[in-house]
Amino acid sequence: MDKANRVVITGMGIWSCLGYSLDEVRESLYEGRSGIIFDPARKEMGFRSALTGYVKQPQLKGVLPRSMRVYMPEQAQYAYCATKDALDDAGITEEYLASHEVGLLYGNDSSALPVIKAIDTIREKNDTTLCGSGAIFQSMNSTVTMNLDCIFKLKGINLTISGACASGSHAIGLGALLIQNGLQEMVVCGGAQEVNPYAVGSFDGISAFSTREDEPTKASRPFDRDRDGLVPSGGAATVILESYESAVRRGAKIYGEVLGYGFSGNGDHISSPNVDGPRRSLEMAIKRAGISVDEIGYINAHATSTHVGDTNEAKAIYAVIGDRKIEVTSTKSQTGHEMWMAGASEVIYSMLMMKGGFIAPNLNFCNPDEDSAKLLIPSERVMKKFDIFLSNSFGFGGTNSSLVIKNM
Amino acid sequence: MDNNELIEKINQALADEFEIEVEQITPSASVKDTLELDSLSLVDLIARMEAVTGVKIPGSDATKIRTFQDLYDYLAERV
Repeated sequence: MDKANRVVITGMGIWSCLGYSLDEVRESLYEGRSGIIFDPARKEMGFRSALTGYVKQPQLKGVLPRSMRVYMPEQAQYAYCATKDALDDAGITEEYLASHEVGLLYGNDSSALPVIKAIDTIREKNDTTLCGSGAIFQSMNSTVTMNLDCIFKLKGINLTISGACASGSHAIGLGALLIQNGLQEMVVCGGAQEVNPYAVGSFDGISAFSTREDEPTKASRPFDRDRDGLVPSGGAATVILESYESAVRRGAKIYGEVLGYGFSGNGDHISSPNVDGPRRSLEMAIKRAGISVDEIGYINAHATSTHVGDTNEAKAIYAVIGDRKIEVTSTKSQTGHEMWMAGASEVIYSMLMMKGGFIAPNLNFCNPDEDSAKLLIPSERVMKKFDIFLSNSFGFGGTNSSLVIKNM
Repeated sequence: MDNNELIEKINQALADEFEIEVEQITPSASVKDTLELDSLSLVDLIARMEAVTGVKIPGSDATKIRTFQDLYDYLAERV
């Protein structure tokens, strides 16, 4: 990357099935806990798979006024909690936000429940007024950024990144580019994902989900030979990106530096990933980071526990790292697939592990297949100090994002 | 449902929807000021009243309702 402006991470916040604070999430990672449950309601709704990450609903009554809450679907509520914590973590006050042009780039790629509720009302009542005032704002894809911007009074770039399951990662990468180029000094970046069943009903319909319903915590098994699909999950994750100069000026705690952002399109199939696209994304991130592959201490894979996805990612990683012994895991083995949120949450998971000197186990990796056998995938926790990690996120339509982040 | 029951129902629904104490709602009080209505939240008043009473208040009528007594009278006539 162009080093004109170095980009650092000075705050993190998360609302996930592994916990609702950095400490809770760190402990869940360390202990190798799964956040996946069986949701009987989905079975009654006709789902093939009733498995999901479990995320509790925030209680924002008394925290935010009705006049703000009425416009917030669930994923905006998760994002509010994550962002409030991240800003607090970074030491950013209301006064700071009022006097600086802080930007906002957040990944989100659906808002199904408000759309369905509004359509149900229109069909039942033949009257659009009865949808209520919040429906339009809750239904738009940009609902998270429009809500966060108004709540936190942010005055910089205000934009939703919709890049399927790479949305959160692209948000961080693009935020870093804006800071590098001097267009923003600080950008709130992240990703949010609704967890309600309606959000993933049609996804379930294409047989993408694991049906290992008798063993929920064993269903998400990235890279394992016997994987049978992903488990949907969600929540929100926020990181505060800032120029190094700004962080030093503020006396802020610095977690790490975003060294490289790589991206690519597959130009191929809408659902089946290939090897070439992800490989190019990885290579670009490493090249722009200005590091050698040997400096990477850990790779947080996108691997969602689907057959073709994990296979092709394993091939892409192997094509880049060869026989080097770099630990590769997918934290989705614990969380399920946090989709629009995943790229951001996995940066936080990886950062917590890097700071804690450990790598969480790739749960349920019992037997490798031909391709995962070529990688070093620990199924038990590894105590290891590392200073650079690479995080992959790939999405439908062939959108790939890779981030290289260094400890500070 | 008699008139008192209707008023009680309306008041409770509005207190729940707009997060105020039901005691703040008096017949002579201004609906707009008490509920802090703007052009957007007026839509929520209409939707909530329809859900509670089955009466749809057209927007053109809603803007003419000043006090809670006006609201009770409007709905009582049509319920």
